[in-house]
Parts: sequence; C-alpha cells; structure tokens
Amino acid sequence: METVLGRYRNLIILVGVLFLQVLGLAVQVKRSGDAQNTRLIRIWVVDAITPFERVFVRLENGVGDLWHNYFYLRGVRAENRELRQQIEQMRLKQVRLNEDAAQAHRLQSLLSFKEQYIEETVAAQVIGSSGSDLSRSLYIDKGSKDGVAPDMAVITAGGIVGKVLRVYPTTSLVLMINDQSSGVGVLLEKSRLQGVLRGTSNGELMLERVMSDESVSPGETLVSSGGDQIFPKGLPVGTVASVKPGREMFLSIKVKPAADLSRVEEVLVVTEKQEREPAIEETGIHVRAADVLAKRLPSVPDKRPAAAPAQAGSGSSTAAAGSATNVKVQTTNAAVPKTDASSKPAVAPMQAASAATNDSGSVVKTNSGDSVTPPADTIPTSKPIASPSQSEPSPVMKAPAPPANPPSANTADEPH
Amino acid sequence: MNPTSVPITYTSGEQIEVYRFSFPVTIGVPLLAIFFQAFVPRRLPFFSIFDFPLLVTIFFAMARRNPITGLLTGAAIGLVQDMLGPYPIGIYGIAKTVVGYGASSLGSKLDVENAGARLLVTLGFYLVHQAAFFAVARGMVNLNMNWSWSHDLLAGVANAMVGTVLYFALDRFKQRA
Repeated sequence: METVLGRYRNLIILVGVLFLQVLGLAVQVKRSGDAQNTRLIRIWVVDAITPFERVFVRLENGVGDLWHNYFYLRGVRAENRELRQQIEQMRLKQVRLNEDAAQAHRLQSLLSFKEQYIEETVAAQVIGSSGSDLSRSLYIDKGSKDGVAPDMAVITAGGIVGKVLRVYPTTSLVLMINDQSSGVGVLLEKSRLQGVLRGTSNGELMLERVMSDESVSPGETLVSSGGDQIFPKGLPVGTVASVKPGREMFLSIKVKPAADLSRVEEVLVVTEKQEREPAIEETGIHVRAADVLAKRLPSVPDKRPAAAPAQAGSGSSTAAAGSATNVKVQTTNAAVPKTDASSKPAVAPMQAASAATNDSGSVVKTNSGDSVTPPADTIPTSKPIASPSQSEPSPVMKAPAPPANPPSANTADEPH
Repeated sequence: MNPTSVPITYTSGEQIEVYRFSFPVTIGVPLLAIFFQAFVPRRLPFFSIFDFPLLVTIFFAMARRNPITGLLTGAAIGLVQDMLGPYPIGIYGIAKTVVGYGASSLGSKLDVENAGARLLVTLGFYLVHQAAFFAVARGMVNLNMNWSWSHDLLAGVANAMVGTVLYFALDRFKQRA
C-alpha cells in the first residue's frame, strides 16, 4: 500500500522548500534594520555576476571610444566652437554666482550656520542593475577597497542619484532615489518649503509632507535640504512636474528628477563630507547682520551735508567683494577724528555703527581699541561679530530688528 | 491493472520523453539569463518587462518533467535573482519555486513541444509568477506594489513570444534521459 508520503512526495517537497524560503524571508525582514551585515551568499553571487558586467562595460566603452575617436569626426570642429562659446557664457555666469555665493556664505556665517560640504568624491561607473522591475538599484564598480561605505551619497553633474546601500570589496549596490524604499529630504528652492521625496513602485518621484495650503507650482526646482544627513545641502534633485490635491491635508506633487535616472552611466560617490561654517573672506571689513539688512532697507536722507573728510572709508568699498560688505560707519559729525579704526583693518570690537549717531547728530566717540556699548534701543538683538574699521558719512538710522532665524536645513523632516 | 494508477495523458508516446542537460548548460544558461536580466535593461530600458530567468525556469521544468527538479531549479534561480536586488532574499525564490513545480507537473501531462502550447504555458505561468510575487511582496514584505491587469497581460504576451523563440534555441541542448 502506498504511503501518504510516497503519494504526495512532490507536494511535500514543494511545501518544504516554500516553507524554508518563507522562513528565510521572515528572518530577513525581522533583521532589516541591521544594514551593516551583508550575507556571505550575497557576496558570492555578486562576485560571480559583476565581473562579466565589468568586462562588457569595458568592451562597450572601448568600441565606443574607437568609433568616436577614429570614425565619428564629423562636426567636431563646429561642436568645438560651440562649446567654447558656451564656456565663455558659463564663466560669466560663474563670476556672478560666485559673488552671490560669497554673500550667502557671509550671511550664513553671521548666523552661525553649519553646512555640509563635499570634501572628496570617487568616480564610479555603472555596471549593472538588480535585474528586477520591483527595485530601482544600480551596481557600480567601486567598493570598500576604494573607500566606499554604506549610506554615502551618489550624485552626478545633473543631480542626485541615490545612496550606497550595500558595499562589497570591489562593487557597491546603489539604491536610487526613485526606488519605493528611498526617501530624501528636500526643499523647494524659491519658497524654501521642506518635504520628503519618495520613490514609487513604478519608478516615479513624489514629494510628500507638503501641506495643501502651501503654494507650489510646476517648474519649481527642488534641492537637497541636508536634513537626511546623507546628501549635502543644495544639490539639485529635480523639478516639480505636477501638483494635485493629495490624501488628507497634503499635496500630491510629482517630481521630475534632475539626473536622468534611466541613463546613468558614470556617478560620483561622496566619500567625505565636512561640516564647517562658511569661511568669510578676510578683507578687513567685518559686517554685522544688522548692517547688511540696514543697507537693503530704504534709508533716511542725510540731514547734514556729508562734510566728513574722506577717510579710509573708501577702502571699505573695495576691500570686500560684494555689496554686503560696503557698509558705512555712521559717524556723520565731522568733528569725529580719524580714529585708529581706519588704520586697523583687523577685526575690531563691536562698534555700534548704526547706533553711533542719534538724531541730534551727536557722535558717540568711538575708539577702535575700546568696546563700545551702544544705546540699547538701537542694538540689534542678534550677536554682531565685528564692525567696519573705517568711518564714513552715512545716513542716520536705527538698526532694524534682527531677522528671525530662517529655517535651518539641518532640521529637515526625515532622515533617509 | 488499477485504472487509478495509470496516468491519464493526452500526448503521444514521444511527448512524454524526459530530457536532461549537461552540467555546464544547467549552470551556465540560468547564470547567463540572470546576467542578461541585470545588464541589458540599463542599456535598453524596454527589456525590463522581460523576465529571462523565469523563461529559463519554465523551459527546464517542462523539459525535465520532474516536479522535484523543477521546483528546485525554480528555487535556485529565483534565490540568485533575489540576491542581486536590495530587498530580502526569497521573493523571487518563492514565486519561481511555484512556477517550476507547476511547469514540470504540466509538462508531464501535456504536449509542450509545439509553439502554440509553449506560448500558452508561458503566458499562464508568467501570470502565476506575477501573482505569487505580488502576494509575497505585498503580504509578507509589505512592499508597495500595484497590480495592473493590462500591464501584466501585455508583459505576459511579450514574455510568451520571446520565450517561444528562446525555447527553440535552447532545444539543441536537450539530451534524452
């Protein structure tokens, strides 16, 4: 008589194999928080597959180079001319952007912000994918031997691509930002609204956690907020493609990525970041935040002719790049002697430049060597760091109230 | 003769032939399929709708006509495919185990040597694979997956057509057991 085991042997084996796999799955899902351990068997399989991918990529690049360097020379000269023109235009733009950046750095420094800067990167080539339609991930040809570690940002010139998920000796797995398990802290460049960018199961990008009463329009640029501690702040992420009402009180915002995620071939892995305050150019002119803001506000016209001798204040306008440092010390009274401040370009103790005169025109005598406490009603409550060392006639006005601290990039919603 | 012990088949005598494969083919063809699946879609994104490891699983299962080897082949191919991805190992493994078992069981009962049968069998098992994959990914791993009948049917037809051509190419490696 046939036993039950014999009759249903195939089914029993099937159930057994399925059960083992389900058990294995359960163990993995339970331990999914432990991202450091990589199963040995994964390393074996990846080491078996990735060398072939590298060989094919190299062959492909070799054939491509041969074609481009020896056969495809048509239009190279015209393209060269065009590129030179573009470079010239970009140089001009860069000069302007450098000035803007320097100004922003000075302001940030005044408010004691710390930023993360990209210190070091490693270039890597994409050699394959996970082979599954479910996940959006890439394999790159750099691993732990090249200094790559988990949770490092992966970027291109166009924008961010993803983060390193797993590292093997010579290869790494990168989880792209449009994978459904990915999340990036972002902020809208113009409105400075913060949100979390998540991938979906079909590879799209959605911006979440933006309240429905906020104003977001298609075409707005998104940059990384730095709050996830993976991507440094300010890296391009994408642009808003469409905005619709979403679930509950949030908007459903679709985002087009800045980097072409379907055609990524070369990437940069950010291997080192540094947190520091943006450096101020040591020009001898040190500006208070209040003075910078005062310059932007409409000023009261001079009551008296500017009779103060041209002092070394002319140096103040040239000593620092950007208009933010072109602050004039408010000593309108000609009787103010040329102070030592004019000869001391170094950091001087706090001088209430805007509080140096009151409405009657009398002057608070300033001596660059002394600390001066200006009248309380004219002192901005923010902590000034220094004052201009030159004196120059300037309109009389009270220092405005210090600006409220802008939303810090480091307080973004969710870590990655 | 006990009528219940005689397997009822609708095939000719030749169709219940069982095949085997050499060791290099047994190892090399699935690895090649997995490599192809991992490499080609980066260059040709359209190829991501094809599941070459699944087609190879169905082929080997139908050729060997042994449920145990069929399910073990499916399990092995699926697990290796899982290891290349960022998600827990076992999602593809479970789905392809079911397909391997089903295809080999069906292969021993039906004529699966002609193109029409292969097309229909591949289409059917592609949908079974997707259903099992969806159930495991959504139910056990809690991944956010959407089921789209139109997408899966069209992808199934595409895989069936490609699979039919692929099977005829792989037929040359068959050896009669």
